[in-house]
Amino acid sequence: MKHTLRQIFHSGKFIIGFCIFTVLLLVVIFYPLIITDKPLVIIGQGTFFPPGTYVSTYDSISSSTTYTLNLKDANLKRIAAKLGDQERQDIKDWLVADGFPEDQIDVTNTAQLLDQWDDNFEPTKRLEGMTLAQLRYYQRLDTSLAGILSSEGKIIAAENPETGALEQTGMVNQSDYVNIREVASVRYLPLGTDNFGRDVMTELVKATAVSLKIGVIAGVIATLIGLTLGLLAGYIGGIVDDIIMFITNLFTVIPSIVLLILISFSIGQEKRGAVTIAVVIGFTSWIWTTRAIRSQVISLRNRDHVNLSKLSGHSIVHIIVADILPYIASYVVMALILQISSAILAEASLSILGLGPRTTEVPTLGLMMNWAMIYQAHILNKWWAYFPVLLVIALITFSMNLMNTGLDQVFNPALRD
Amino acid sequence: MKGYRKYYLNKVLWLLVTAVFAFVLNFALPRLMPGDPVAAIVARLAQGMSSSTGMKVVYEQYAELFGTNKPIMQQFFLYVNNVLHGNFGASFSQFPRPVSDILKSAIWWTIALQFPAIIVGWLIGNTLGALAAYLRKGFDKVLLPVSIFVSNLPAFGMAIILLVIFGVKLKWFPTSGGYGFDLIPEFSWRFIWSVIVHYQLPFWSIVLIAIGGQAIGMRSMSIYELNADYVKYSRFLGIKDRKIIGYVFRNAMLPQITGLALSIGTMVGGALVAEIIFSYPGLGTTLLTAIMGQDYPLISAVTLLITVMVLLANFLIEIIYGLIDPRIKAAQSD
Repeated sequence: MKHTLRQIFHSGKFIIGFCIFTVLLLVVIFYPLIITDKPLVIIGQGTFFPPGTYVSTYDSISSSTTYTLNLKDANLKRIAAKLGDQERQDIKDWLVADGFPEDQIDVTNTAQLLDQWDDNFEPTKRLEGMTLAQLRYYQRLDTSLAGILSSEGKIIAAENPETGALEQTGMVNQSDYVNIREVASVRYLPLGTDNFGRDVMTELVKATAVSLKIGVIAGVIATLIGLTLGLLAGYIGGIVDDIIMFITNLFTVIPSIVLLILISFSIGQEKRGAVTIAVVIGFTSWIWTTRAIRSQVISLRNRDHVNLSKLSGHSIVHIIVADILPYIASYVVMALILQISSAILAEASLSILGLGPRTTEVPTLGLMMNWAMIYQAHILNKWWAYFPVLLVIALITFSMNLMNTGLDQVFNPALRD
Repeated sequence: MKGYRKYYLNKVLWLLVTAVFAFVLNFALPRLMPGDPVAAIVARLAQGMSSSTGMKVVYEQYAELFGTNKPIMQQFFLYVNNVLHGNFGASFSQFPRPVSDILKSAIWWTIALQFPAIIVGWLIGNTLGALAAYLRKGFDKVLLPVSIFVSNLPAFGMAIILLVIFGVKLKWFPTSGGYGFDLIPEFSWRFIWSVIVHYQLPFWSIVLIAIGGQAIGMRSMSIYELNADYVKYSRFLGIKDRKIIGYVFRNAMLPQITGLALSIGTMVGGALVAEIIFSYPGLGTTLLTAIMGQDYPLISAVTLLITVMVLLANFLIEIIYGLIDPRIKAAQSD
């Protein structure tokens, strides 16, 4: 045992896979201890907020201490944020189309460009060949450019409850800064929010945990069924073998996804929990394990040590446990690993088809994928809603298969490099 | 040809048995669940329908169609009879369009997409796997991890990655549909070109996934064969390397063909989900809309059709395998 373990941990592939998987597992265990939010709480009003640090504007304006920093590039940054190269070019295009002489426009001279823009732009004027979307774009651009060069601060005003008039209560200068640590409410969303306005990172960690759970439950069920049937068919043989092989051959050709779809749909939306789905996946994916275990057992059945055990009058259970199981243990472990990873994929496929666990309780990786696809995150370029999910799925299956390949090379010397 | 009779008879018999079993499953699984399926269907269908006589009429119509008021054996034969006549009833979500009509337009897209893709993927994958086993060293070192990673991506993952890179970012290919949404199906160059352009991303996403899995399988098969005694013996005899390689790969190929037969169900399942990502107008997308619309007749018909397609593909592979593998021929002539 000790020797085998040492050998396994000498396999590079196994170690890489093991490390990836361990890191995932540690994140899944420790993240919820640090960030205790519920995974499906809707925090964002709106869809797909990009990743970043969100600072409460209200808190930062009313922050107790404000700091004045005279940074040279602050103005440049402010202008660049609203007037990038693309916007400058768009302004030039508009002016040229409007009949302004092209050689007088210098897109690098901000002040001059904005002057020319202010003098010539009319929000309602629709130039020839301009689509409505473009018209709206220029109107938005014009609004956002208003006051961009002003050096004055913004006035904060409050309504006087008696007269109803606005009275100045404060002033925010362009050189005013707050320290983000002193702002009462700051939320870091490393992966932004999803289509419902939920924190993707928290959701993803929970989803990984649930998917792993589904994978383990389904994998254990499938492996147990496969092991039992394989042992029965292989060791007892005869009519038992014939019956089991008949069933196995039937389910080999009938695609398991079809069974999954039919059963999941028949169970109905209300009764489909994560565990139910896991059990269904487990009960539809034991076929491979059965076949493989059976053929291994058949080759073991007539070995000398098994015959000796039979002659000594040991019971079938004893023979199977003591003389056969140890020889196929490594294979069973490998089969279990593969079953877990393919169960996670099966859940994802089912969920994308809209047959995943019901959506109100827990997220799963497949459900997150499903939501992102329904809300077209991939077309809208909201990578944070689907790419991390895909990456986690790929990492889980990749790490498990690497471990499996590593184990295979240890136990199957012909495959060694 | 005479020697093959037993083999083929066996295969045809097996095809029939599995087909019957598929029918039984498709029939029985939804009926095993508690509750009256027809009542549930009618309740869904009749949402917003206020008159109870109207509901009763709908109920009786469906009870008649599925024969739920008859004994179970009779129901089954009614079901088989309906299916054999291509009568799957009317779709709920696209009422009153018959299900067979929807399937007729969807199935060709799926067949034209998946079968070439799986075959191309299988061919490329096996070539790469054999090369990796033969060359070892650098090529193998790169190919194996890449193959493992690619084959572990779910088919929909590959679909999304290709779609985002080539469809959304580079804008080389359209992101969804089987042809331009401004076109109507007709026999013109513009339409055919549009179909070809829309075909690329779904096709290559299925091919790439297939390549990964097949390359790994072929690699280990070939390594196993390369270490076999007959190879060493041939080397001692001084037979040319090229000739030996020919034998090795022919032998390694046979399990790969069986492997294809065994994994084609999984591949088709994955490809169906990939279709959904591209909104390709095939069976996958049809299945999704059916599930979204709780369209029971359509779901049942699609799953049955997928099963039958996979069974037939399997049968075809077994037939070809019988022709290629000399051992089967030898076994038959005994």
